[in-house]
Amino acid sequence: MADLSLEDVKKRFGNTEVIHGVSTDIKDGEFIVIVGPSGCGKSTLLRMVAGLESVSDGEIRIGGVRVNEKEPMDRDIAMVFQNYALYPHMSVRQNMAYGLKIAKKPQAEIDKRVADAARLLQLEEYLDRKPKQLSGGQRQRVAMGRAIVREPSVFLFDEPLSNLDAKLRVQMRLEIKELQSRLGITSLYVTHDQVEAMTMADRMIVMNGGVAEQIGTPLEVYETPQTLFAAQFIGSPAMNILNAELKGGKAKLENGASLTCKSKLEIEAKIGLRPEHLTLNPKGKIELMPLLAEPLGANTLIHGKLKNSSIPLTASVPGVYELEEKSDAIGFSIDPNNLHFFDAESGHRIS
Amino acid sequence: MEKRVTFRGWGLPLLLVFPQILISGVFFFYPAAQAIWQSLFIPDPFGLSAQFVGLGNFEFLFSDRFYRSSFITTAVFSTLVTLVSMVPALFLAVLADRLIKGAGTYRTMLIWPYAVAPAVAGVLWLFMFNTRVGVVSWYLAQLAYDWNHVLNDGEAMGLVVVASAWGRISYNFLFFFAALQSVPKSVIEAAAIDGARFWKRFFTIVLPLLSPTTFFLLVVNIVYSFFETFGVIHTITAGGPQQATTILVYKVFSDGFVGQDLGSSAAQSVVLLVVVGALTVIQFKYVEKRVHY
Repeated sequence: MADLSLEDVKKRFGNTEVIHGVSTDIKDGEFIVIVGPSGCGKSTLLRMVAGLESVSDGEIRIGGVRVNEKEPMDRDIAMVFQNYALYPHMSVRQNMAYGLKIAKKPQAEIDKRVADAARLLQLEEYLDRKPKQLSGGQRQRVAMGRAIVREPSVFLFDEPLSNLDAKLRVQMRLEIKELQSRLGITSLYVTHDQVEAMTMADRMIVMNGGVAEQIGTPLEVYETPQTLFAAQFIGSPAMNILNAELKGGKAKLENGASLTCKSKLEIEAKIGLRPEHLTLNPKGKIELMPLLAEPLGANTLIHGKLKNSSIPLTASVPGVYELEEKSDAIGFSIDPNNLHFFDAESGHRIS
Repeated sequence: MEKRVTFRGWGLPLLLVFPQILISGVFFFYPAAQAIWQSLFIPDPFGLSAQFVGLGNFEFLFSDRFYRSSFITTAVFSTLVTLVSMVPALFLAVLADRLIKGAGTYRTMLIWPYAVAPAVAGVLWLFMFNTRVGVVSWYLAQLAYDWNHVLNDGEAMGLVVVASAWGRISYNFLFFFAALQSVPKSVIEAAAIDGARFWKRFFTIVLPLLSPTTFFLLVVNIVYSFFETFGVIHTITAGGPQQATTILVYKVFSDGFVGQDLGSSAAQSVVLLVVVGALTVIQFKYVEKRVHY
């Protein structure tokens, strides 16, 4: 068990810099999720921590010790791969014991650790099977087991659930989170799924284009996104972003409507409204010309455009909502506390 | 999904496989049948008549100590050729697989020897090791080593093995290289994180995953060393010295076409047919069980 710190970590492939300096300190036992779209550098960052990619600049420390130059095996980490990377010619038992055998642990200890991990992951009856005789979820568990038996300081997960079906993914998500908090091992978990990030993370790193846009707890990121990207990436459906002119406690939208806001600033800005914060109100200032309703059961998503404009707008209303045949604009209002303001140019949050 | 093509009637499918059947018939089934038939006769020296002798040719063969020693020669030869053609091929493939730059160039150059016909390869090696004018034998002489494969059994065997295996290294390299490239990278990385260093990973992870390829090459190379090495042996040693490099297939040739003992030669081909068939069956039955697909 150890803490993990990244200090201005950069990665270059040739002359192209793909990670532009990420810094964070991860406390012992913390579960950190790196989330971002494909190609944002999140897997590269994880592989640098694992030692599978070299570090071009900056420093990675595990338990206070610089590991930049250390081989993967000397970093005291374990990694769970997206495709599980099980050894196809070995049984589940051999897969889990492989690392311990190489470390020349006594056979009795190997047997005990494998048995413990198998019990923990409910794999006992599959110990003598080959990976190809297992289902996706079971393979996932074996990959976890192989990481657990080594009792590493840091767990690294590279999109471990993306090959599973939706239902199993939810179940494994809970299992991994529960297991991690029980074992208390520092974990770094990469995913592109913002729901996974929200539900599993103690803190998350929102990455985009090789930059850590925001590092914080899921609720911090949801409630006070620091950049436009973080605002739109976290939360489903994505936050609506509108151009607005702030003046005298009012935000004037492009279609002329003006909303009450608490900001005293007088600038051009982008304002963000979460679809779930829009409340139906016939007298509301935000008028949505509906195009399509998506009933999800518990709530309904109404997609459309801001009235008298071509700006897309989505609202989420509780329960079932049926659009009328020739529907007119639907009025919405929003609590001024739920408005987010971002600088029109830099995209940074304005408080 | 497997694509299945169904034909209406027998005409078209028969027409399509006809060329292959014709080739197999003319060049394989007909000569094989001829060999079996001829193995039961002893023709007179002028080839005008033949006397039926039943299994007499076979009886004579197995009591012939030269024939029995040819079996041992063949076993030694094919084992050596298979080893010498597969082990360096695997080694080169592992090295080429580790390359980041220029892998394509190395690959291309490593394939070239395969384009050289066995007989030509034999002549090339013969020139290099020629006891009078050979480059290599001259250097060996400088080192006070008297190379003479014309007189020395071991040297003759070594030379035909190397000459036969040389071109095959390219062929085996190609297969090993392709197989190495298809080993999932993440499995290797997982093993690296598990603490296995390069050669440990190679022997515990990579080699087992290569086993289907290795098995295939084993079969192919043994068959190669049994039959296709004729040209090399014929050009370099002609089976000598004192039959030290007379493998079964060469003996078929020398007894039949040089010694004009067609009955015995035919009987030998039948024996060879049975031996190779049996070897292949054994390989598929026992070795394949240990292969992880």
